[in-house]
Amino acid sequence: MKFKSLALAAGVVAMALSAPAHAQVEIQWWHSMTGGLNEWVNDLAKQFNDSQKDYKVVATFKGNYDESMTAAMAAFRSGNAPHILQVFEVGTATMMAAKGAVKPVGEVMKQSGVAFDPKAYVPAVSAYYTAPSGEMMSFPFNSSTTIFYYNKDAFKAAGLDPNKAPSTWPEVVAAAAKLKANGSKCPYSTSWMSWVHLESFSLWHNTLFATQNNGFGGPSARLAFNSPLHLRHFENLANMAKQGLFVYKGRASVAVPSFVSGECAMFTGSSGSYADVAKGAKFAYGLAPLPYYPDVAGAPQNTAIGGASLWVMSGKKAPEYKGVAEFFKFLSNPEVQSASHKRTGYLPITTAAFELTEKSGFYKEKPGTDVAVTQMIRKTTDKSRGIRLGNFVQIRTILDEETELIWSGKKEPKEALESAMKRGNEQLERFEKASKAAAL
Amino acid sequence: MPWALLAPQVAIVSVFFFWPAAQAILQSLQVEDSFGLSRQWAGLENFKTLFSDAAYLESFKTTAIFSVLVAVLGIAVSLMLAVFADRVVRGVLFYRTLLIVPYAVAPAVAGVLWLFMFSPSIGVVAYGLSKFFGFEWNHLLNSNHAMTLIVAAAVWKQISYNFLFFVAGLQSIPKSLVEAAAIDGARPWRRFWSIQFPLLTPTTFFLLVINMVYAFFDTFAIIDATTSGGPGRDTVILVFKVYIDGIKGGDIGGSAAQSVVLMLIVVALTVLQFRYVEKKVSY
Repeated sequence: MKFKSLALAAGVVAMALSAPAHAQVEIQWWHSMTGGLNEWVNDLAKQFNDSQKDYKVVATFKGNYDESMTAAMAAFRSGNAPHILQVFEVGTATMMAAKGAVKPVGEVMKQSGVAFDPKAYVPAVSAYYTAPSGEMMSFPFNSSTTIFYYNKDAFKAAGLDPNKAPSTWPEVVAAAAKLKANGSKCPYSTSWMSWVHLESFSLWHNTLFATQNNGFGGPSARLAFNSPLHLRHFENLANMAKQGLFVYKGRASVAVPSFVSGECAMFTGSSGSYADVAKGAKFAYGLAPLPYYPDVAGAPQNTAIGGASLWVMSGKKAPEYKGVAEFFKFLSNPEVQSASHKRTGYLPITTAAFELTEKSGFYKEKPGTDVAVTQMIRKTTDKSRGIRLGNFVQIRTILDEETELIWSGKKEPKEALESAMKRGNEQLERFEKASKAAAL
Repeated sequence: MPWALLAPQVAIVSVFFFWPAAQAILQSLQVEDSFGLSRQWAGLENFKTLFSDAAYLESFKTTAIFSVLVAVLGIAVSLMLAVFADRVVRGVLFYRTLLIVPYAVAPAVAGVLWLFMFSPSIGVVAYGLSKFFGFEWNHLLNSNHAMTLIVAAAVWKQISYNFLFFVAGLQSIPKSLVEAAAIDGARPWRRFWSIQFPLLTPTTFFLLVINMVYAFFDTFAIIDATTSGGPGRDTVILVFKVYIDGIKGGDIGGSAAQSVVLMLIVVALTVLQFRYVEKKVSY
């Protein structure tokens, strides 16, 4: 024991002595990237560290998105927060409400004197992370959106045109019926029920998911997905489920393997699942835009963003913030962006990076990889900028719970959506109360 | 002197039990944002919100069903295994070791193992059920299937623990008693029911308390890994909701209020068990 503490003391002394020799400022970066994406994040940090001598970014994996956020909250309470924290899009409103805990990225860049143009970013992406005052709150990092995947071999076998994906929901139903007639046990399935079929669905049809422009107007927003359009879509899905055209395969991204294995012929989910599909699918597959209802005016608009952004925590020293700013500048570099986009399937978050990727011929080489980008690179409307709500994690769970009752036949779509709205609004009321208390 | 000797124990209990419990009670009376930037006295607001939530009341029922099933099945199955293992003549150590292995498995891993076996359309068991019995297993949409799955996983995880205690209990029963009964012509079942089981009641009672507490508190990882509370809210037990609201949702006040309620329930249950069930125990 004594020996151990001696060794520890020696280590501390050695560290203290060696620190001035390097005179490097360390930047702690907490993230939630696993597997190949973890390697990607480490490579980014290494690349940045090798590119200059003043700063050292230390990337640390802190568990999945909600775990790392919880870890950062606990660390902040005890004064050990990291400099940079990766937060998923669902946590955005919570982070924005925590004014004393975060430092807006716009401010970090300005105070450090690092050139930074928010306009260089894809509007549907950057707008999501921008405060009503116009200040960019967090740095868009890994962004994805919802797209449609289909099994070309299954299409061919069922007598459908493998080179033409169904672009509308009525076409999806027709294709599903043909696939089923040909013996498919799972013509269509989906991951991320709320994100795909309510959030993205709303923006795609330029319809509100919640009031106050989907929460961008402030914490007094309330849910609004009981419109005739939402209802129509869920009745449609419920009918598909009854006929065995839509098979429910679980929450979050649990359903992905059922498409990759070839069991389900059509699938909606994250563009970030592309890596899994490309790696695992033993059949010809196609990527296509999310289906929509053709008779709705303004559809298709743009789809909803997913993924995460980087938040800067408050209470750090000026040189450290300078380092953070330099790192963000490095990440915005079109070459770095484009390489990341090609490597991970996440969206390029600057327009320049998209153009660079296009020029390199990547989209011709791997057809379909541009679907997500073209869905997002559009001029957004007030209704389609994104969805930013407090207690969003709970609201998504409520939606999972209530919609499962539709697929199991326990509730009518109308009943389920109404009940989800009521329960979700209770969450929003709680959030509004807590954030009012925080503002006092 | 007695206080000095007691001090370490008191210190440990205070630090690891009373202090966190007090914290939970304090937090349950406050509304706080996730970063701890502001704290507001809320009185009983958190509790009011909680009990006006129909979903919360429903999860009491779910918890009751789940806990009773886990405790009763867990005890029954492990008692059976222990009695059989007690009669094994050769390879005793081998059997016992195998039966104890599940205890070394983390709850989340246990959950994932069972999920793999029962995953609709790809799980071994689900596939077998459909292929040989024409039974379509789907815990994603069928509540009974989902409940069966989590109970099975939770029981399986706890069997080893119960088993150990039962084996020890059985071994402490004097051989002469069982042998005397055998000479009197009692069959194994009769010997078990009239001699071994009554003598095992202290163990069984102890395990009942432990298993209830286990079902109430330690099972959220299993649920998180298998059903995540679905379908609908049919497998959301109280402790799972505490975990989801507090850790995933960052709602500290609400989650603390739930843990206080949970704490009261377990205290009440334990008191009840000691007052009424213990009377039937012969030491």
